[in-house]
Amino acid sequence: MKFGIVVFPGTWSDRDCYYSISNILGQKAAYIWHKDTDLSGFDCIVLPGGFSYGDYLRTGAIARFSPVMEAVADYSQKGRPVIGICNGFQVLCEAHLLPGVLRQNDHLQYRCQWTYLKTINTSTLFTSKCKQDRVLKIPISHYEGRYYADDDTLKELEDTSRVVFRYATPEGQVTGEANPNGSLNSIAGIINKQGNVLGMMPHPERSCEDILGSTDGNLIWESIIASI
Amino acid sequence: MFLAKVYVTLKPTVNDPQGLTIKGALHTLGFGAVHEVRAGKYLEIKVEGNDVQKASSQVQDMCMKLLANPVIEKFRFELEEIKPA
Amino acid sequence: MPVSKEQLEEIALSRKEYNLIVQKMGREPTEVELGLFGSLWSEHCGYKHSKALLKLFPNKGKYVLVKPGEENAGVIDIGDGQVVGFKMESHNHPSYIEPYQGAATGVGGIVRDIFTMGLRPIALMNSLRFGPLSQPHNRYLFGGVVGGIGGYGNCLGIADVGGEIYFDDCYTGNPLVNAFCLGTGKAGELVKGRASGEGNLIMLVGSDTGRDGLHGASGLASRTFEEVRELRSAVQVGNPFMEKLLIEACLELAKTDWIVGMQDCGAAGLTSATVEAADKGGSGLDIDVQKVPRREKGMTAYEVMLSESQERMIVIVKKGYEGKVRALFDHWELHSDIIGTVTSDRMVTIRDGGQVVAHAPVETLNTPPVYRFRPKRPAWLDDLQSLNLSKIKDIPSRQAGKILLKLLATPNICSKHKVYRQYDHQVGDNSVVLPGSDAAVIRIQETPKAISMVCDGNGRYCYVNPFLGGVIAVAEAARNTACSGARPMAITNCLNFGNPDKNDVYYQLQECIKGMSQACKKLKTPVISGNVSLYNETRGVAIFPTPVVGMVGLIKNVEHHCTSAFKNSGDIVFLLGNPGDDAGLGSSEYLELIHSKVEGSQQIDLETEKQVQDCVIKAIERGLLNSAHDCSDGGLAVALAESCIQGGIGFSGNLNAKGRLDTALFGESQSRIIVSVSPGAARRLESLAFRFNVPVTRLGIVGGRQFSLKGHIDLPVSELHQAWWNGL
Repeated sequence: MKFGIVVFPGTWSDRDCYYSISNILGQKAAYIWHKDTDLSGFDCIVLPGGFSYGDYLRTGAIARFSPVMEAVADYSQKGRPVIGICNGFQVLCEAHLLPGVLRQNDHLQYRCQWTYLKTINTSTLFTSKCKQDRVLKIPISHYEGRYYADDDTLKELEDTSRVVFRYATPEGQVTGEANPNGSLNSIAGIINKQGNVLGMMPHPERSCEDILGSTDGNLIWESIIASI
Repeated sequence: MFLAKVYVTLKPTVNDPQGLTIKGALHTLGFGAVHEVRAGKYLEIKVEGNDVQKASSQVQDMCMKLLANPVIEKFRFELEEIKPA
Repeated sequence: MPVSKEQLEEIALSRKEYNLIVQKMGREPTEVELGLFGSLWSEHCGYKHSKALLKLFPNKGKYVLVKPGEENAGVIDIGDGQVVGFKMESHNHPSYIEPYQGAATGVGGIVRDIFTMGLRPIALMNSLRFGPLSQPHNRYLFGGVVGGIGGYGNCLGIADVGGEIYFDDCYTGNPLVNAFCLGTGKAGELVKGRASGEGNLIMLVGSDTGRDGLHGASGLASRTFEEVRELRSAVQVGNPFMEKLLIEACLELAKTDWIVGMQDCGAAGLTSATVEAADKGGSGLDIDVQKVPRREKGMTAYEVMLSESQERMIVIVKKGYEGKVRALFDHWELHSDIIGTVTSDRMVTIRDGGQVVAHAPVETLNTPPVYRFRPKRPAWLDDLQSLNLSKIKDIPSRQAGKILLKLLATPNICSKHKVYRQYDHQVGDNSVVLPGSDAAVIRIQETPKAISMVCDGNGRYCYVNPFLGGVIAVAEAARNTACSGARPMAITNCLNFGNPDKNDVYYQLQECIKGMSQACKKLKTPVISGNVSLYNETRGVAIFPTPVVGMVGLIKNVEHHCTSAFKNSGDIVFLLGNPGDDAGLGSSEYLELIHSKVEGSQQIDLETEKQVQDCVIKAIERGLLNSAHDCSDGGLAVALAESCIQGGIGFSGNLNAKGRLDTALFGESQSRIIVSVSPGAARRLESLAFRFNVPVTRLGIVGGRQFSLKGHIDLPVSELHQAWWNGL
C-alpha cells in the first residue's frame, strides 16, 4: 500500500514518517507538498508533526488553509484513512475534521519524553493490532498538546468510544501524574465519527525500532496496513 | 477599581517573524490589501483602589518590570474605572 | 576624512589599526569601508588576539577532511563516503542582553554554518554557564536561554541531544551560551563557501534586511558586559520557521550543479559573508546595496552592509542558472534577489545605486593584524594551586550519606531533565542514547554506525590550573566518549575567556590552549573547528577561563554502545583506573560545596588516561560491559549513585578507604571509569584490563533497592533519586 505524507512549510516529522513506513514497514510512501491537491493513488494520508508556518498565530491555524487540506477533507469524507500526528492533529482540529483543540501544556513548557499509552478503543482501523491491556511506549514532543473540548463534545467522544488513547503509567494506570500536559480526561488521541480520521499527539513514527527504545508505534502502522 | 487594558508589541525596528508569516497567510487568503501585520499581546488587569494616578503608575511599573521586555518590546495601556458589581 | 575617537570606538578599532588601514589603502577609508574593516578586523571575525595561539592546536589526522578556517565548519570522514561536520559557537554577549533571542539566534547561526556546507544538521548540543539560581536575575537568564534554545531548535526539527550546565558565581552577569551543531552528508556533495568565476551572480536569500544587530561583531563580541548594556539596538529576533525553509531549500540546491558556493550571513552580516567568500574564491565582487530587500525604510549603505538580520544566505550562482535557482527558492516560499556579481579584480566594490561607496582590496580587508601579548603567570596561582588538607577536616562516616545527598542535589550534578525535556531530543529517528548519560549516541541511518558526541569543560579546574584544566577538558570529553563505546575522532571548541589585553587572562588563554593541544595530540583528536569568545568580564572581573570541548566519536556497530545505567541484578561493578589520591579533592565539587573552597590542582597522566579509555572501548566493542560511567564531578560515590539512579536498581559494595574518607568517596581523581559486567564476563574484563595495563578494583554488586557502601552509606535508591531529580 502507499502512504501519502503531507509536507507543509515547517513540517519536520515527514522524514521520520517516510523512513519508518518505507524502511521499517516496507511500504511505499511519497511526500505531498501542501500546494498539491491530487491524493489519488494513496491508501492513507499522514499529516506529520512539526511547526507548520512556525506555529505562528495558533498551531495549525495557517496550515489548515493550504490547498491540500480541501483535498484531505474530500478524501476523509470518502471514508479513507487519515492520521494526524502532533502538529498534524492540531491541523485536523483547526480544519474541523476532528473536534476540540490542543492548548498549551498546563506547565507552559515544551515537553519531549517517553509516554505510555493505554489503547481505549482497539476496534478502530488504526488500533486493531493493539490490545487494551498492552501499554504502548511512544514519545511526545510538543508545546501545545493539552486536549480541550467543551463538556458536550467531551461527553460525546467518551460515550461513542472515540477516545482512542489515554496517557497512562507504564503499568497502564490512567493517573494525573502520567498525564504530561494536562489533557482533559488524559486524552492522547481521538477519532472522528466515521472512524477514519485519527489525531494523536504522541509520535508513533519514533517508536518503530528496538535501537530507538520501542517498537510499539509499529502496532499502529500495522493496523492501518491490515485495514487496506 | 480600575480596568487596565495593556497592549504589548515589538518595537518598530524589531523583526516580527510571526507578523510577517501572518501577513503572508492573509495575502494567500486573498486579503491583498494587507500592508503590514505586527503581532503582540493584550492583557486585562483589574487593579483595586480609587486613585487613578496611583493605579496608572502601578500599571506602568508592571509593564516595565514584567509585562513587556524593554529590550525588544514597547507597551501602552488604557485605564477605565469600573464599579464593583 | 579624519576619523573621530567616537567613530573608532563605535566600531572597536584602535587608532593604530586605523593608521594601518590608511597606510595599506594609501588614503583615508570611506565611512562604509571603515565599517567593513571594523567588522572584519574584530576579534569575532578576525581572531586578531587569538590567532597566534590557535595555531598550537593540532588539526591534522586520518579522519580530517576539512580543517579549521577552511570552511564554516570542520569535516571528518567516517568511511564509506560519509562525512560528518560539526562546530561549536558562543553567543554569550547577545544572550546576556536578551536571553531568549540571544540563545535562539545562537542556535540559528551554528545550524546555518552546517547546512551552508551541504550537510544536513541532525544533532544539537549546548554548553551553558550561569550564576547561582538563588539570584532572580540568573534564574531569568537561565529560563530565557533554555527557552530560546528550545524555541528555535524544536521548530527546526533537529534533535537536541545533550550538553552540560554549570553554575558558579563568576558567571553572574556573564552567562556562557555555547551551541554545537553536527551534520551529515556525502563526501562528494560538500559545498564550499567561496565566490569565484567572473560574471557569476551573488544572490541573497531569506529574510529582509533590517537595522537589527548593527555592530554585533565589532560591538558586542569585542566589549565587556557593562558596555554591552548600552548597545541594545544590536538585539536580533530569530525566525526559526524561515531557517527551516532555508535548510530544506539549500540542501536541495546543494545537490544541483547550479552554484559555485554558499555562505551564511552571520556576524558582520553581508560584509563577512561576501568578503570571506571572495577571499576563499580568489576573486572580487561588485554589490549594489539598493538591490538588497529591506525591512525598514531609510537604511544607509553602511547599515545594509553591517546589519546582522538573521536567516539570510549568500548563494554564488553560476551565470545562466539564476532562473532555476530562483524557482527552487520560490517553491520553498523564500525570497531571493541578485545583489551583485563576482569579479576577477580582487576588489570589493560596494555601490549605492550609481555611487561607489566602498572600493577596497579583498585581501587587505580579510587580513587583520595579529597580536601577540606577553603572557604573565599571575602570582596568585601559587596559593590557589596548593591544597592544604591539614586545614580541611575529613568527614566522619555517619555524615557520608548526608553529603552524598547534598552533592546529588547540587545544580552542577543533579538531573537536568527539567532542561532537556524542553528540547526535542528524538526527532530524526536517530537518537539511541538520550540526554542524561555520559555521551549522546546518534545512529547513522542505513549503516551499522553511530556517532557519539559530548560537551565538556570545567572552568574551576582551568581557573586553578589553566594548563591542566585544558588537558582535562579534552581528556574528560574523550573519557565520556569512550564510555559510550565510541572511538574519539575529533573536537571542536569554544574558548570563553576574559579581556586578553590583560596579561593574566592572556596567560590563561595560552596555557589552556597548550594543555588542550597536548591532550588532543595524545588522544589523537585534532581540532577541526572552533570559536573564541573574549571580553567575558563584568566590573573588571573575568569569568573562570572556560574552554568548552565538543567531541565526536565513532561507533562502528551501534549494537555495541553503552550507557551509564546499571542494568542487571548480580552484575559485578569494577573501577578501571587508579583508585585516586588526595589531589583528587583539588578544585572539586565537594570542596566547594561542603568547604566553600576553590583550590588545589587536579592531576592527570595522559598515558594512563589513554590506556583506560582504550580498555573501555575494547571491552564495549567485545560486548563485555553492561554499563560504563566516567567518575567525575562528585567522585566515586556520586558516579556509583548515578548509575543506580539511572538504572533504577541498587548497589552494595565495600570501600577500601585507607586514607581520607572524603578523598575516597568524593575525590575527582582523573582517568577512572566505573563499569558493570555480568559475572560470567568478569574474568575476561580483568584479563583485558591487564593487557591494557589498567588497574582493576572490584567495588561491589548491582542489585536490590539500597545503595550501600559498607560502613559508610546505606540509603534507598529512591531517596538518592529524589535528591538528584529535584535539584534544579
